[in-house]
Amino acid sequence: MTSAIDVLPAKPAFRLARARQGLERVVVPALLIAAWEAVARSGMLPPALLPAPSAVLHALGDWVFGFDETTQTYSGHWLRDALASALRVFGGFALASVLGILAGVAIGWSRLFEKTLEPTLQMLRPIPPVSWIPLAIIWFGIADKPAIFLVFLGAFFPVLMNSIHGVKTVDHNLVRAGAMMGASERQMLTDIVLPAALPSIFAGLRIAVGSAWMLTVTAEMVAVKSGLGYVLWDSYYFLRYDIVLAAMISIGLLGYLSDLGLKAIMARALRWQTTTTVQGRNG
Amino acid sequence: MAAIELRNIVKVFSDKRRGRDLLTLDNINLDIEANDFVCLLGPSGCGKSTLLNIVAGFEQATSGRTLVGGRQVERPGSDRGVVFQQPTLMPWLTAIDNVAFHLKLKGVSKAERHHRAMEFIDLVGLRGFEHHHPSELSGGMNQRVGIARALLMNPSVILMDEPFAALDAQTKLEMQEELVAIWQKRRCTIVFVTHSVDEALVLGNKIAVMTKRPGRIRDAVNFDLPRPRDITSPEFNDAKRHILALIREESTRLAQAS
Repeated sequence: MTSAIDVLPAKPAFRLARARQGLERVVVPALLIAAWEAVARSGMLPPALLPAPSAVLHALGDWVFGFDETTQTYSGHWLRDALASALRVFGGFALASVLGILAGVAIGWSRLFEKTLEPTLQMLRPIPPVSWIPLAIIWFGIADKPAIFLVFLGAFFPVLMNSIHGVKTVDHNLVRAGAMMGASERQMLTDIVLPAALPSIFAGLRIAVGSAWMLTVTAEMVAVKSGLGYVLWDSYYFLRYDIVLAAMISIGLLGYLSDLGLKAIMARALRWQTTTTVQGRNG
Repeated sequence: MAAIELRNIVKVFSDKRRGRDLLTLDNINLDIEANDFVCLLGPSGCGKSTLLNIVAGFEQATSGRTLVGGRQVERPGSDRGVVFQQPTLMPWLTAIDNVAFHLKLKGVSKAERHHRAMEFIDLVGLRGFEHHHPSELSGGMNQRVGIARALLMNPSVILMDEPFAALDAQTKLEMQEELVAIWQKRRCTIVFVTHSVDEALVLGNKIAVMTKRPGRIRDAVNFDLPRPRDITSPEFNDAKRHILALIREESTRLAQAS
């Protein structure tokens, strides 16, 4: 629903305020980048150790479009590398989401699952996912599988914790209302508890997608020979800090886009939350 | 056979942290006839909501028998429509889907659900708002949705737990009038919990006055003043005086006892 404020024609003063707001947002990053460029060009540090933003942009451009092979073997291969990482993120995240929601709802809803399943999971939770790397490599070898396993470990627990919380905090009276209307145990879960827990579950998914990117990159540095993390680590060995920075920017950008995508799905699924109008609160 | 029969209902809550038991309902006996509009009137904490929850099947009595339509109450069910103190609607569903939720659980098709729910949306005067979410409606409107939801199940009794307590005075008066109109039109049995003497006298044709903890039925008074009731009429005030005397008598007795 469009609010009344959005459809008002923009007045000149209003437009000016909006432009000022936009300006306020870019001031700090613009100054930082300008300072960085100035320091890099001043020759205080060798250009190999601190590449200028322009050099990083150049490397990123060549990596993506392959115009002058400044990134050598990576030239023009950005899409392949990004896709390799993204597929691992997606694989591990999807697995973690499904299992995390299932286990979380089961633990939140049933005393039996809470008693039997939760202690084990809570014991595994404090173990950093990266400490699984040695085992992941001997179990799954050097390929996609150890990376997906690591991503799964990093993404599973935020989904699990938030799903448990979401189910446990469902308004007790909603469950009573469901029982009053004759809901079976299964209907209670699918038609009342799950939708009521959805805001909390989505909060978990958003934390999880961030962890998923962090762990993909970590896994690629150690246990995989492709992807953005691999390019980052490989370039470090060849002292190509411009490519290292280009890889960091790519990861940040893709992580941000994943979160935006998730937010868009959330906005659709939780439309009932966002349609609150001013007079609807208490009239 | 009465629509609701309460026989020797006792409810003891065990307070585990303090290691003691709390007697909340002490030997409640009450018969409610079909098409009665009964108000359970009592001060806060007298156990009137607990009694309602026992009839609804949300809570179990420690001892005693609860019969609705001659059958022992064991669990909540759609033969007893409940209107909660807070509207307690599914916030992700629109008004019409909330009203029709019972039909959805029974697997009725969407077109049929909406067709049947519309009758009750009209009954509570919410046509035009059927596709709004609860967050877009006012407290009074949401409570109407809650009433429509209970009516749609065509229950043998409707249990209402101070449903208008959170509404402003003007909305409350409107809702009370409409509830009486709905009750007259549809001839249903209503048990209405309230702590307001005026509300009980405006609504009920039978008023069960409860005592402070432990809750007992002090007296069940029939009140057949014709409707619409004029709250300034001498008859209304006579009844009010009588009810207030019952309550006052109770509190003096308690004061003397302590």
